[in-house]
Amino acid sequence: MRPRTPHLLPGFGLTMGVSLFYLTLIIVLPLVAMLLKVGGMGWEEFWRIVSSNRAMAAYRVTFSSAFIATIINGVMGLLLAWVLTRYTFPGRRLLDALVDLPFALPTAVAGLVLVTLFAENGWYGTVLAPLGISVNYTQLGIIIAMSFTSIPFVVRTVQPVLEEQEAELDEVAQLLGANRWQVFSRIIWPSIQPAFLAGCVLSFSRSLGEFGAVVFIAGNLPGLTEVVSLLIFIRLEEYSYEGAAALAFVLLVVAFITLLVTNALTAWQVRYAGRS
Amino acid sequence: MPVAASRKPQSAGQLALIAAAFVLAVLTLLVPLVLIFTFALREGIGAYMANILQPTTLHAIMLTVVTAVVVVPINVAVGVSLAWLVARFQFRGRGILVTIIELPASVSPIVAGVVYLFLYGAQGLLGPFLQSAGVQIMFTPLAIILVSLFVTAPFAARSLLPLMQQQGTEDEEVALSLGASGWQMFWHVTLPNIRWALLYGAVLTNARVMGEFGAVSVVSGSIRGQTNTLPLQITQLFNDFNIAGAFAAASTLALIAVVTLVVKAVLESGQRA
Repeated sequence: MRPRTPHLLPGFGLTMGVSLFYLTLIIVLPLVAMLLKVGGMGWEEFWRIVSSNRAMAAYRVTFSSAFIATIINGVMGLLLAWVLTRYTFPGRRLLDALVDLPFALPTAVAGLVLVTLFAENGWYGTVLAPLGISVNYTQLGIIIAMSFTSIPFVVRTVQPVLEEQEAELDEVAQLLGANRWQVFSRIIWPSIQPAFLAGCVLSFSRSLGEFGAVVFIAGNLPGLTEVVSLLIFIRLEEYSYEGAAALAFVLLVVAFITLLVTNALTAWQVRYAGRS
Repeated sequence: MPVAASRKPQSAGQLALIAAAFVLAVLTLLVPLVLIFTFALREGIGAYMANILQPTTLHAIMLTVVTAVVVVPINVAVGVSLAWLVARFQFRGRGILVTIIELPASVSPIVAGVVYLFLYGAQGLLGPFLQSAGVQIMFTPLAIILVSLFVTAPFAARSLLPLMQQQGTEDEEVALSLGASGWQMFWHVTLPNIRWALLYGAVLTNARVMGEFGAVSVVSGSIRGQTNTLPLQITQLFNDFNIAGAFAAASTLALIAVVTLVVKAVLESGQRA
C-alpha cells in the first residue's frame, strides 16, 4: 500500500466540511425521516404490514424474478466479458460500447421499448406468440425487464480482472498439458470468482429495486406480477403512508445488506489480486 | 496497465463464442435502440416534430433540462470534494462515509422518493413546519431537483475515486513543494489529471438525472405541463395510447443515452492511446 502523507496535502477540512454537510442534508436526513416514521408505527403494526399476504406475494415475485434475471446476466456477462477481453475482431469496440446502454438508457424508455418489442404484434412477440410464449403482463416480462436493466454489472466487474490477467498464463498452462476446461476451472475461474460474484450481487440488488422498466411490462396484477416497489407506489396512491414506509424500510435493509456483501467481495478480489 | 494480449480467434469454438456474444448483444441491446428511432420516425419527420413540439412534451423537455442544469454541477462539485477526501486522507469513519455515498445507487428509486416524502411531505418530519411557514416543496420542481440530487449523488465520486487512488499524490506533492498554494495545486495539477474521468462522471450523472423515473414519480405529482419530466411524460403518453408521441419523447432521451456511450468510448480510447 502506498504510504500516505495526510499532513502535507491541503483541503482536508474543506472537503470534509463540504462532504459531511452535503451527505447529511441530501442522504442522511431523509433516511432518518423515514426511519422515524417506521419507528413511530410500533412493532405489531410494522409486522402486520410487512407480513401481509399481498406483501409476501410481492416479495416472492420480486426475489424469484431477480434471482433468475441474475443467473441469466451472470452467464451472459461472463460470455461478453470473455469475448471482449480475449479476442480481437471487427466490431469489438461497438460491442464494448453497447454493453453500457442499459445504464445510459432511462428505465421508462427501456420499459416502453420492451413492452413494444414483446407485444403480440411486436418484433419479438410475433415470433414468440405462435410458440405459446407470452411475455407482456407475465412474470417472464418482469424477468426480461430486470435482466435488461442490469446487463452491464457482471461484464464491467469481470472485464478489468480478465484484462489484468495475462493471456500468456493460459497458453503456458496449455503447453504444460492442461486442457481448456482445466485452464478455465483451475486458473481463470478462481481469479475472477470474487469479481463475478460482486457483479451478480449488484445485478440482483438492482433488479430487486427496478421500477420503471418493470411497471411497463408487468401488468401489475396483485399476487402475480406485482413487485415490491410497485406495491409501495400503490400504497402511496392510497394514502397509506405507513404501508409505504414499512415496505420501503424492508427494501432499504436489503439494499444495505447487498451493499455490505459487495464491499466484502470487492475486498476479497483486491486481496486475491495482491496475493498472486 | 498490463493488458492481456488479445488474439485473433483461431478455432471454430472461439468463433462460435464471438458469434454468440454478437447475437445476444444485437437482440438485447441493438434492436431495442433501433426500435425507438424507428417508431419515433414511423410517421415521418413532420409528425415527429409535431409530437416533440406538443406543449406538454416541450414543457417536460424544458423541466428535464432545467433539473439537469441544476443537479449536474452540484453533484460533480461535491463528487470532486468527496473523491479528494476519500482518496487522499485516512480518517476514522472513512468506510462509513463510502457506504453512505454508495447507498443511493443501491436502493430502489421508489425508496428514494419515499424517504423524501417523509422528510418534506405533509406527513413528513419537516412537513408541518414547512406548511406553517407557507413553503411547498413536494409536488414542485424543487422536489424533483432534491430527489435527483439524492439519486445521482454517487456517480461523479465513483468515476473519480479509482483514478485518483491509482494516480497517487506525487504530482500534487511536487506542486506544493515548489510553492504552489492549495488552490493553485487544485486548478493546475489535480483538475487536469482527472479531467476526463470528471467529464465522464458529469455525462453519467446527466444521463441518470434526465432519465430518473421512480423517485421523481413519487415526489413530482406528475402534473402535466407543470411537474412532468420526460420519463413521466413518456409514461402518460403511453397510457393515453399515443404511441408515436411516447416514442418521440423517448427518442430525445435515447439520443442522450447514445451520446453518453459515445463520450465514454472516446474517453476510454484516449486513455489507452
